[in-house]
Amino acid sequence: MRDTTAPLLDVAGLKTVFHTRSGDVHAVNSISFALEAGELVGVVGESGSGKSVTMMSLMDLLPRSAEIVGGEVLFEGRDVRGMTRAELLQLRGRDVGFVFQDPMTSLNPVFTVGRQITERLRKHMGMTKAEAKVRAAELLGLVGISDPERRLSDYPHQFSGGMRQRVMIAIALACDPKLLIADEPTTALDVTIQAQIIELVRDLRRKLDMGIIWITHDLGVVAGIADRVIVMYAGQIVEQGPVRDLFARPQHPYTRALLETLPKVTGERSERLHTIEGQPPSLGDEPTSCPFAPRCAHAFARCMTENPFRVDVGGGHDVACWWDPETGEMRDV
Amino acid sequence: MSEALVEVRNLTMHFDIHAGILRRKVGAVRAVDGLSFDIMQGETLGLVGESGCGKSTTGRAILRLYDPTDGSVKIDGVDIASLNTSDLRKARPQMQMIFQDPQASLNPRMNVSEIIAEPLREHTKMDSAARDARVRELMDAVGLNRAFASRYPHEFSGGQRQRIGIARALALNPKFIVCDEPIAALDVSIQAQVVNLLEDLQRELGLTYLFISHDLSMVRHLATRVAVMYLGKIVELAPRDALYSDPHHPYTQALLSAVPVADPEVEATRKQIILEGDVPSPAKPPEGCNFCTRCPKVMDICRKVSPEFREHAPGRFSACHLMDE
Repeated sequence: MRDTTAPLLDVAGLKTVFHTRSGDVHAVNSISFALEAGELVGVVGESGSGKSVTMMSLMDLLPRSAEIVGGEVLFEGRDVRGMTRAELLQLRGRDVGFVFQDPMTSLNPVFTVGRQITERLRKHMGMTKAEAKVRAAELLGLVGISDPERRLSDYPHQFSGGMRQRVMIAIALACDPKLLIADEPTTALDVTIQAQIIELVRDLRRKLDMGIIWITHDLGVVAGIADRVIVMYAGQIVEQGPVRDLFARPQHPYTRALLETLPKVTGERSERLHTIEGQPPSLGDEPTSCPFAPRCAHAFARCMTENPFRVDVGGGHDVACWWDPETGEMRDV
Repeated sequence: MSEALVEVRNLTMHFDIHAGILRRKVGAVRAVDGLSFDIMQGETLGLVGESGCGKSTTGRAILRLYDPTDGSVKIDGVDIASLNTSDLRKARPQMQMIFQDPQASLNPRMNVSEIIAEPLREHTKMDSAARDARVRELMDAVGLNRAFASRYPHEFSGGQRQRIGIARALALNPKFIVCDEPIAALDVSIQAQVVNLLEDLQRELGLTYLFISHDLSMVRHLATRVAVMYLGKIVELAPRDALYSDPHHPYTQALLSAVPVADPEVEATRKQIILEGDVPSPAKPPEGCNFCTRCPKVMDICRKVSPEFREHAPGRFSACHLMDE
């Protein structure tokens, strides 16, 4: 039964491995985090950092070559990995909504938008055809599509990119989900359209009480929308904390380098960009040392032999690193 | 100010739309609609705009990868747009292009040294020893390990592949390079490496760039002047600092305000101009100003008369009726 004291989502020690022809790839390495109801967590990292695979692992939406090899996922205290297929379908269809990067590949091109929304309402909410149609129009209106009743009979290709993403959000919200997982939802959109979608999500958050996981590579988007930020590197959480604290005092050398490397549209303009030399590791083996150490300017001998655990730095902010940016010395842990 | 290396006048690129059994022409997509601007010797002109605004088509039409519908493009005094095929071929070495997707623009069946040597084989009479020496020199210049000369593109990461594309573009000592979204497919930490390389090469070799990008922050970092495109037209062109600190055109203002800033304190307080609606189709641009359907400052005249692209202040060009008052 539902545990009311448990967080909405509680993940502990999650590990996912891809079995490929050229060997295993350890994409997710012992990820632990929790999400409260109504909270928006931004997950940032570069391609291959495991941010999408982690979130797909939560609801077991992985391709066949991937396998979850360890860890625990609790949704409102219920063990997701132990669920039957029927329970899992119910969870994914009703309690969790998904929005992906490219709305054109997630919408079915041969069905009208109306049908794609009403289908879910009828299946998971037990609505009649007429009820579902009313609710579907309401949802399109909620995401800012004008003349929603008429647009229900349009096909996905009749919408622009930004409008299609609004449709995806409407579908994701159809069954009043408790959790919304958005994977790079604005990456394929132009900045002015991205600004519209972000404004929409801010507005929806005020109206609906749901937890949101927002995966992005754009630190600017995260700064404007998230309550809390998780920074991923090489399949691990290297730092996480409340958004203001994380941007005000980034702890991990990777987070700090990422923030320094970004050119800015306002304020001071740097003559030369900071770079992070080298490349992320290939993850053929599970990291036994700090995966960032080869690119890190502050690495100690210990970093080459031991993978740092997450250290609490106060205020709900923690970092998987032994270097203390305030003293420049090794942390006393 | 230095001299113009590239002079673009009334550049127009329309793509005909054909329909019906007889494939009759039923209209045209006005991808690029009468652009006029100069690119100065040794500068980087940033060309920014959203997808579909015609910025890539502009870059391709300038290098005559498309035959322009109208207008002229003079590069170093030679009108590229009207050259015949053999003269065009002779002019090719001085103008090159770096593409967005290094995966798609490198032949997967050629190894790195073959890819970089290809323009040398096509356009010079170098013997193979001279070509090999030049390939090694180019690999050094772009920071590729010489030992990888016989490897194939798929063995490299995105950032390294982009270095191969840059080495190929440099092979014939060009004066002018069109960079079409060269970093859009790369991760942030790799973007900075490639941008620094482009800047170093520009300084060392005296290159002139047209840098096409949708990334306004990166353009602010590396451009000398910036042109903003909307629906096939340049709406504003200005020196970098002037454009970013005091944008004149309402579209530039909205575009800049839409860029998220990686600072929660700034994000919490700053005022954004959220544009309504979408960009109209370039096959059916609105009457009057192209931006009139979304402009927050639209006036009656904007729906009737298309504003002229003019220099309103020294070095500051824009096409807006507000500036004409």
